[in-house]
Amino acid sequence: MNGEPIVRWDWVARNWANGSPSAISALLGGHVVMAFLPVVLGLAVALPLGLACVRWPRLYQPTAALMNVTYSLPSLVLFSIFLSVTGLTQATVVIPLTFFALAVLIPAVVDGLTSVPEHVRQSAVAMGFRPVRRLLLVELPVAVPVVLAGLRVATVSSISLVSLGALIGQGGLGNLFIDGWQRQFPTPIVVGISLVLLLAVASDGVLVLAQRLLTPWSRARRSA
Amino acid sequence: MNWLSGFFGDPANWSGPDGIPARLLEHLEFSAAAFLIAALIAVPLGMLVGHTGRGALLVVVSANAARALPTLGLLVLVVLLIGVGTVLPVLVPLVVLAVPPILVNTYEGVRGVDPDLRDAAYGMGLRGRQVLLRTSVPVALPLILLGLRLAAIQVVATATVAAFVGLGGLGRFIIDGLATKEYPSVIGGAVLVAALALAVQFAFTAIDRIAVSPGVRARPGRDTEIAR
Amino acid sequence: MITFEGVTKRYRDGTVAVDDLDLEVPTGAITVFVGPSGCGKTTSLRMINRMLDPTSGRITLDGRDVREIDPPTLRRGMGYVIQQAGLFPHRKIVDNVATVPYLLGWDRKRARARAMELLERVGLDPKLAGRYPFQLSGGQQQRVGVARALAADPPVLLMDEPFSAVDPVVRTSLQDELLRLQAELRKTIVFVTHDIDEAIKLGDTVAVLRVGGRLAQVAGPATLLAEPADEFVRGFLGRDRGIRRLSFISAKEVRLGPVPPDLVLDEDGRPLGWRSGGGLAPYGTFDPETDSLRAALDAALLAPNGMAIAVDGEGRARGVAGRDALDELFAAYAGGASGPRADGDAERADA
Repeated sequence: MNGEPIVRWDWVARNWANGSPSAISALLGGHVVMAFLPVVLGLAVALPLGLACVRWPRLYQPTAALMNVTYSLPSLVLFSIFLSVTGLTQATVVIPLTFFALAVLIPAVVDGLTSVPEHVRQSAVAMGFRPVRRLLLVELPVAVPVVLAGLRVATVSSISLVSLGALIGQGGLGNLFIDGWQRQFPTPIVVGISLVLLLAVASDGVLVLAQRLLTPWSRARRSA
Repeated sequence: MNWLSGFFGDPANWSGPDGIPARLLEHLEFSAAAFLIAALIAVPLGMLVGHTGRGALLVVVSANAARALPTLGLLVLVVLLIGVGTVLPVLVPLVVLAVPPILVNTYEGVRGVDPDLRDAAYGMGLRGRQVLLRTSVPVALPLILLGLRLAAIQVVATATVAAFVGLGGLGRFIIDGLATKEYPSVIGGAVLVAALALAVQFAFTAIDRIAVSPGVRARPGRDTEIAR
Repeated sequence: MITFEGVTKRYRDGTVAVDDLDLEVPTGAITVFVGPSGCGKTTSLRMINRMLDPTSGRITLDGRDVREIDPPTLRRGMGYVIQQAGLFPHRKIVDNVATVPYLLGWDRKRARARAMELLERVGLDPKLAGRYPFQLSGGQQQRVGVARALAADPPVLLMDEPFSAVDPVVRTSLQDELLRLQAELRKTIVFVTHDIDEAIKLGDTVAVLRVGGRLAQVAGPATLLAEPADEFVRGFLGRDRGIRRLSFISAKEVRLGPVPPDLVLDEDGRPLGWRSGGGLAPYGTFDPETDSLRAALDAALLAPNGMAIAVDGEGRARGVAGRDALDELFAAYAGGASGPRADGDAERADA
């Protein structure tokens, strides 16, 4: 490595968008899809499931236990297992990461919905709110900060975890790490790390901004 | 299932430096080392920041940024820069992985202690350090243990990537298996890592039972946890 | 004796919480700081054990500036009770009570024995010793808070709205308990409350503070009711000052007449009722030795003929007092004149 600069910018310029599937921009695009899709899918499943857990509390214990188990399964393990089912496709990364997102988001939704203070809930009932309106107008808005806190953790983790998919050939920017390793060439690795970090910080910033806009009455008290 | 019995039933997989016991031991070694280093950094720092309130923003922001660092990228970069030969290259990314959950949960736990409680403690004549260690920490212990548990599980699960740069551990079964398309080995290694992660999960549940005072554990609001 | 000398506390944002306070807190008595929120009563209390330090002026404890004393050492010599009790959730009740003895280095056995003794003293079942705070009711937790403050037998007790968070029935019993304890222990107690009735019931001296941290009046409760210094204090005291003041005047001097024949007595001489038509009408009694003039008036108002029955310790009728007899005393003590103080804590409890 002696004398070799950590980043060779000419390599970056040549490989940014050269039209090949291994161009940096193409990898970035794939990374974005594989990182965000699980979070979106996870939220779509976690909202109704979380609501159900609040409505029927008996559901929550088994769901929480299952999510705890899921969370402790190594992502590489899940990737390998799904590799035998879905083969070398993005689904092999997206499906396991959806489970991770769920493991974070379901407790967040339940926690958020149950964080409505009892006196607020009671006075909503007393004013004549029916359950559905109460849910939409009182409980969901109060739950937003907690759900968004969970969403931030899920998003950042997802962005970081996608790169492990490179080990099974579907890793977005993670492919740069493999590439750099195989050629003993640090530039792609540094570029990959930087882009993952930038993507995570930008997404987190957007979510914080969304939280400010959606819940002007609360200043992000929970720093996830 | 045939794959599993093929993998676990093969006596060759149970002995020698490539056997399951040896790989398991390696895996535990660098997981434990990374976890301990992370805990030694993050627990005292989290306590201090939570107790004094100084540097809180810096800690939370950098912990969140560290969470985004891709372990695999960090691993290959460190190996490229300082070379293989020691376990140090694998320790760096694993410590980076483990510090944020411990730090954030310890900080939030200590910071979240009821101000009345701290007031009463000071009012009775406890000194700052005594307030922290005898009051805030026992009350924050469930959250601190949650942070340690999340970190330990992530370390055990992610230590598999060490195999990618030629180091040992259970990841060898997975990564070598992927390279040679020997799926029984991949699945077998995956099952071992998952079992280890679950064992860590149960170990922490047991620690929680023993270490957390019943007076703190039984309080309401402890049923739901958010993984952070 | 705790003395405030020209004490001012100005917070960093410029608000003045306490403004040039001069005050003496006598040894062995209860001094109550009372006032609306924002009057600096809690700030004043917290400056005594150096939870806060004054911006200017000084506070002395038996002649010594508290600023010269290391805060933890100072605080271990002063019991401290706060509104939500502030019990340590992770420790059993007995260990909560023994906190300061442990800090002072007592051995475990002695500290626990002392804690058990105190639990009993504040009226708690010793069986609760092994429980955790969340298993106790609010009133029980508050009793534990008082026991914990007394554990190392400190000469000074600082109490910051200790009974504000419990329901009125429990609050009354906690107040009575405190007065009973104080009759035995004679601690120097500084008690902060926003409830003027509580202040009048508990205080040997009441210091009324106004918003902005200025002292409005310091006086005994009876004087305070009779002679409020200004409009603010009068408004803060509220209605019925005249009647409430009667609680502080002993019924000893009430002129008693003989027991009239239409009072029906049992064989031991205890009243059963006033003869009325074919049946008995209601009656009221007071004990001139221990009761206040307020109790005597109350007894008179209960009977249709306006006669209060004076009884002895056994409840036997000793005489009666008509409204004319009470009127004489009302006239004598009208305005600011102070009468013989009702003794014992029983009457103060109905203040």
